[in-house]
Amino acid sequence: MEERTPNNQNSKAVAYWRANLRAILILLAIWALVSYVAAIILGGVFYNVRFFQLPLSFWFAQQGSMITFVILIFVYSWWMNKIDREFDVHEE
Amino acid sequence: MSTETWTLIIVGLTFAFYLYIGYLNRVRETAGFYVAGRGVPAIANGAATAADWMSGASFVSMAGLISFLGYDGAVYLMGWTGGYVLLALLLAPYLRKYGKYTVPDFIGDRYYSNTARAVAALATIFISLTYVAGQMRAVGIVFSRFLQVNIVTGVIIGMGVVAFFAVLGGMKGITWTQVAQYAVLITAYLITTIAIAWTLTGNPIPQLALTFTDFAQRLNQIQIDLGLKEYLRPFQNFSQLNVFFVTLSLMIGTAGLPHVIIRFYTVPRVSDARISAGWALLFIALLYTSAPALAVFAKYNLINTLHGKTRAEIEQIDWAVKWEQTGLLKFEDKDGDGKLEMTADKATNEIIIDRDIIVLSTPEVARLAPWVVGLVAAGGLAAALSTAAGLLIAMSSAVSHDWYYRIWKPDATESERLLVGRIMIFVAILVAGYFGIRPPGFVAEVVAFAFGLAAASLFPAILLGIFDRRMNREGATAGILVGLFFTLIMIILMRSNRLLGTEQPIIASFLGINAQGIGVVGAILNFIVSYVVSRATPPPPQEIQELIEEIRIPRGALAPTAEH
Repeated sequence: MEERTPNNQNSKAVAYWRANLRAILILLAIWALVSYVAAIILGGVFYNVRFFQLPLSFWFAQQGSMITFVILIFVYSWWMNKIDREFDVHEE
Repeated sequence: MSTETWTLIIVGLTFAFYLYIGYLNRVRETAGFYVAGRGVPAIANGAATAADWMSGASFVSMAGLISFLGYDGAVYLMGWTGGYVLLALLLAPYLRKYGKYTVPDFIGDRYYSNTARAVAALATIFISLTYVAGQMRAVGIVFSRFLQVNIVTGVIIGMGVVAFFAVLGGMKGITWTQVAQYAVLITAYLITTIAIAWTLTGNPIPQLALTFTDFAQRLNQIQIDLGLKEYLRPFQNFSQLNVFFVTLSLMIGTAGLPHVIIRFYTVPRVSDARISAGWALLFIALLYTSAPALAVFAKYNLINTLHGKTRAEIEQIDWAVKWEQTGLLKFEDKDGDGKLEMTADKATNEIIIDRDIIVLSTPEVARLAPWVVGLVAAGGLAAALSTAAGLLIAMSSAVSHDWYYRIWKPDATESERLLVGRIMIFVAILVAGYFGIRPPGFVAEVVAFAFGLAAASLFPAILLGIFDRRMNREGATAGILVGLFFTLIMIILMRSNRLLGTEQPIIASFLGINAQGIGVVGAILNFIVSYVVSRATPPPPQEIQELIEEIRIPRGALAPTAEH
């Protein structure tokens, strides 16, 4: 068991916050990738790639991005619960 | 039984059901009134948020809008869903931990300023009011279209139902009614979409039918043949730049809308706030991923059935005759060759399709039983009423909680606050009803305001309040004001033909960005100004820095709700 000095508490809070920011940044990178990159910035390029019966960019624009968004939030929820427990800041 | 009788029965039953739920969930204390006693399970909050979010327009018009915009309709699909990722990752858990009642609560406390609180309350009222007018109007329109009741009577019936459960039950009554309303609206939407997917493609799952059958390509080819814009090719209706900025503006705006944010105050714990955003988006995405499939199938079917037919042939089609009577479908043989043909040119086009028909006519086009038509009417009403109720509580709490209690009369007793809350929600319903009966001519224009202002003012202020410990009163206030005024002025200038009555918009765009996308620029300005000003002025006081440390840690959110 770590000693619960104020200093120790403080560095633990900093480490927790850093782990939290890392999770957020990774998930937001995917968020931007499936929407802004795949459907908009590369919209013209991926138009020429087939995804079953649709152009790939169209699939991302009207299906894939939204499906990914849903998955991202559930992953975030699971991931944060895990981080909360690791740093012993989870709720009773 | 006739379609109309079925509609009357189903709408009547659903309304009775909402009233019953409202009666069961009446409340006696302010925590119940504003945040449903923080006792809403995560999954129920998800369903309520989804119903809150999906408006009458999402239900009735969105699939039609997409079917006319093709690829570029994605700005609405991605824009109105992607904001939930921002909300879940950046705002909801921290605001739940902070654990008060409203958005101005957080801004006022975090920036230790009643000016900031008052401005945030004003923004909340303005954003919610622009939205709610359209909802009441939608209620009236559904009544008039399906039940031949006039619009004013329809609006008054809708007001009566909302008033009952909102005044009695506040947030608690609204939440549980919204859960029921979500069930009604999603059932109606999915039955309709599944039916047309099955009839047309043989695959009952709309999302799979869109991806694995060639109907989208067929529609694309038909549009090319008719000289219309290609359906599947990007950036035919909006420029790439505008698709980018409008999508981002809608996402940031979504995350900053007060009526959505306050929903996350109602769950018991921080971890519930996180997962309940996931449930909300899952429930929203059920409709939002079905809509593009419905758009393709219904449009393909309409053109395929109607194009090139003679007047006599059209008169054999029941639904074509019926919808022509409503004015949503128009036929005119302009070149007198006996055939009705669609073209890209307005002067020669002989079949005019209103976008709302994409959803409304589908049950009949797909030959569904008459009760499904009634269910679609009930679904449209559920979507409009649930959104209206959510906006009403956001608006009235800004007045009764933020202005009356927090600023004007901090020593008000529990029962006084509850009474003021009930009175304010009743007043808000009257105001919303008035705008529903006499809609201002620029309702469509003000929706750009709601998102733009939420994106440029509330979202950056909340985000910086959580993630930037050094952000202070001076920085945040300056940022909000700059973001707010820049966005307001830009939208007014770009829409001056509608808002000020000038012949042409005073400016066409801001560096190519249109009025719907301008909120992003306002938000960026807000961030820059906040940063610069905060670094040039004193840091926030010690107790505020401790508050920030506190909201960053989940533990301890389960505080007793009667604390203040």
